[in-house]
Amino acid sequence: MARDQNGKTRLLQGNEAMVEGALAAGCRFFAGYPITPASEIAELMSVRLPMVDGTFIQMEDEIASMGVIVGASLAGVKSLTATSGPGFSLMQENLGFACVTEVPCVVINVMRGGASTGLPTSPAQGDVMQARWGSHGTHPIIVLSVSSVHDCFEITVHAFNLSEKYRIPVVILSDEVVAHTREAIVLPDRKKLEVVERIKPSMPPEWYQPYEDNSRGVPPMASFGDGYRHHVTGLVHDAHGHSTQRPEEIDAFQRRLFRKITNGFYEIQMTKSMLMEDAEVAVIAYGSVSRSALRGIRMARKKGVKAGLLHLVTLFPFPKMAVSGVLRQCRAVLVPEMNLGQISREVKRVNTSSKVEKINRIDGQLITPEEICERLREM
Amino acid sequence: MKDDRYEIRFGGSGGQGIILAAVILAEAAAVYDGKKVCQTQSYGPEARGGKSKAEVVISDHEIDYPKVIQMDLFLAMNQVALDAYFFDFKPNGLLLVDSTFVEQMPTSRVIAIPFTRIAREKFDRELVANVVALGAVGHFCPAVSIEGLEKTVLKKVPAKTRDMNSQAFLAGVEAAQSFDLSRLPRSVISDEEREV
Amino acid sequence: MIAEITRIRHKYLRHDKKFPHVWCPGCGIGIVLGSLIRAIDGLGLAKNDLVLASGIGCSGRLPAYVDFNTLHTTHGRALTFSTGIKLANPSLNVLTVMGDGDATAIGGNHFIHAARRNLNLTAIIINNQIYGMTGGQYSPTTPYGSNSTTSPYGHIEHAFSIADLAVTSGASYVARGTVYHVPALDKLISRGIEKEGFSVIEIMTNCHTQYGRRNEMSDPVTMMKWFKDHAVTTTRAKKMSPEELKGKFSIGVLTDIDKPSYTEEYQKIRDRAKGREVKS
Repeated sequence: MARDQNGKTRLLQGNEAMVEGALAAGCRFFAGYPITPASEIAELMSVRLPMVDGTFIQMEDEIASMGVIVGASLAGVKSLTATSGPGFSLMQENLGFACVTEVPCVVINVMRGGASTGLPTSPAQGDVMQARWGSHGTHPIIVLSVSSVHDCFEITVHAFNLSEKYRIPVVILSDEVVAHTREAIVLPDRKKLEVVERIKPSMPPEWYQPYEDNSRGVPPMASFGDGYRHHVTGLVHDAHGHSTQRPEEIDAFQRRLFRKITNGFYEIQMTKSMLMEDAEVAVIAYGSVSRSALRGIRMARKKGVKAGLLHLVTLFPFPKMAVSGVLRQCRAVLVPEMNLGQISREVKRVNTSSKVEKINRIDGQLITPEEICERLREM
Repeated sequence: MKDDRYEIRFGGSGGQGIILAAVILAEAAAVYDGKKVCQTQSYGPEARGGKSKAEVVISDHEIDYPKVIQMDLFLAMNQVALDAYFFDFKPNGLLLVDSTFVEQMPTSRVIAIPFTRIAREKFDRELVANVVALGAVGHFCPAVSIEGLEKTVLKKVPAKTRDMNSQAFLAGVEAAQSFDLSRLPRSVISDEEREV
Repeated sequence: MIAEITRIRHKYLRHDKKFPHVWCPGCGIGIVLGSLIRAIDGLGLAKNDLVLASGIGCSGRLPAYVDFNTLHTTHGRALTFSTGIKLANPSLNVLTVMGDGDATAIGGNHFIHAARRNLNLTAIIINNQIYGMTGGQYSPTTPYGSNSTTSPYGHIEHAFSIADLAVTSGASYVARGTVYHVPALDKLISRGIEKEGFSVIEIMTNCHTQYGRRNEMSDPVTMMKWFKDHAVTTTRAKKMSPEELKGKFSIGVLTDIDKPSYTEEYQKIRDRAKGREVKS
């Protein structure tokens, strides 16, 4: 790990490390609404942002919070909001707007237990499909997950970079365990961090078409106030940004939104393989459960089971290449989740011929290493 | 890879400062001793009262599972927390209780010190019972240095209470010094038989 | 005179946009747009520094036709986007156009909190007392007893006064005008844009297609006459008794107060935060 100016080890909570990651990535705007277990992010942002000429605002609800960060990003400032399930539900409307108008922004969802008000102080992973499909209609989105304090820093930086590069909202799924776990971390030197900025138009304003296709599928983005005076709308729009009813324009626009993600697939899909070299069975896990999985695998290995781990960092677009490799290598795969099976279905969609087993907990408790070890021994 | 996890759990009621105690222990191990640490907690909706637990896992290596699997050390600040959180106590683990509030011990590998009574009688402040207890934890816990722990306590508490907290910490260390760990009964299960 | 007005309009209309516009012949929104353009032109505001945002509905289509930085957001949420834009770049002039349902039903919470917060934004609320684009359903400002497609037996709810709501929520400047009293409207909008702090201009606007047609005012002229007969200036209203004012509405400036705007206040927060950083 790179050392910061002081090379100082700090003890940070996951939520705090996300703030550090966001600031390091150049985030200078936060809007949010109080909610357990994500509130620490807002509290720390309210302390830190004004120190760096950034802006913090607490809004009247999560609908507003999401609208505000899209507005701030349209004015050229990297922006963030953080919430948990109930608030994430409210954000879906304007999150969809950001997808369709291609406004970069990052949304952190610290998942908590249950549906509705649920279990505010317990972990879960029930929002995976909502993160992908929560907003209505056909739209692409990037969903990342975090499993440690170090991840919270690093993946937040990645999230901003991907968001800026592909002009797309990025959702980071954390959970109550990761958010409130404190771990030792040495924050890397900011000068050594790769920070990506959105590409701005270089042509004269009269030539600028804000939604014109190009080889990357990502048009340059002018900020309001840059002199380009373009139109932004949630209606399906043509290259000029004006609403269109022409089927060929509609189709080209909607497909471009997906193409830009497909083009960047190898960069966007992030996974970590551990103990996979000789693995005959594998666990595919994400978030805090991936840590139980690694422990469970080590316990199983002591008992002679050749098990390995595929830790998914990117959840969507689904890292099917990496998953398909594991499915080919192993006779069976176990997908433990703190829901009744959301990623396990995506795994099955990649390859239906391999055996895909599940461990599911929805009691507000982290899946334990023993549960995973025991199942691996049976597989 | 050698497994050198040292696992500590703190149990008590909200307001007894057990989460702060766990945070201080974790920070001392990380910042002063250069260890890997994971500090977690579980709690209900109450800010005061109710039972709560906080955990610290300390290791020289990257920590996979962040929570306690089997406790090496359990500090129980009251009976309710002891009863609720004792279940995954390791054979040959150490139970440290605040005898001000704990009467029934589920194991003979126990050291009982009246942390709250010491805090009340010596410092007229029950609030510092957690720091007295930390002194004792620091004495018994091989995974953290006592110097680093003391420095971290002083860093974390308000400036004007530093003297009192420093003395409270020492009072905890002194109370612990009167016990001899080697004289505690041993678990009958040998390491070879035990499943890890 | 007419030539001059046309010249000003063409200076600000977007020529790459596919005209004709979506509004019905005789719609009051066009009059609001003209008034808005004249106010902006009169103040000499640079096009590059002006953001015009809207929500959803007939009013939501307004920004697309003019050559500013324009934003057509989600239903009721326009003020939240405007808040983000203004906070991120306070040098921009941010105007927000909303309808009555947009601003006070689905966006009611955002509206009162924007007024309370007193960020330097201008909210222009086109009140045509109906949901026009979706086919004439009742809105929070549909008068008691009138007909709509969702109150076929007469409306039993009571209407909001948007301007009064803005005053009690803490807006710095609140005015009401109509699409009949156009020269006055130009001035009300212009003062609202100039005002530091949150300003609201409620504009009584005819929707003869959806509201008028079901309430015995099926053409624009009848509706204009209704505005003419029922509007009372704030100065005159002060001299009238409650009985005389019954069924009438006041036009003009309803409130104009000075208090520190949010951007000024937030700059103080930044200064404090940096001071604290230096000290520790």
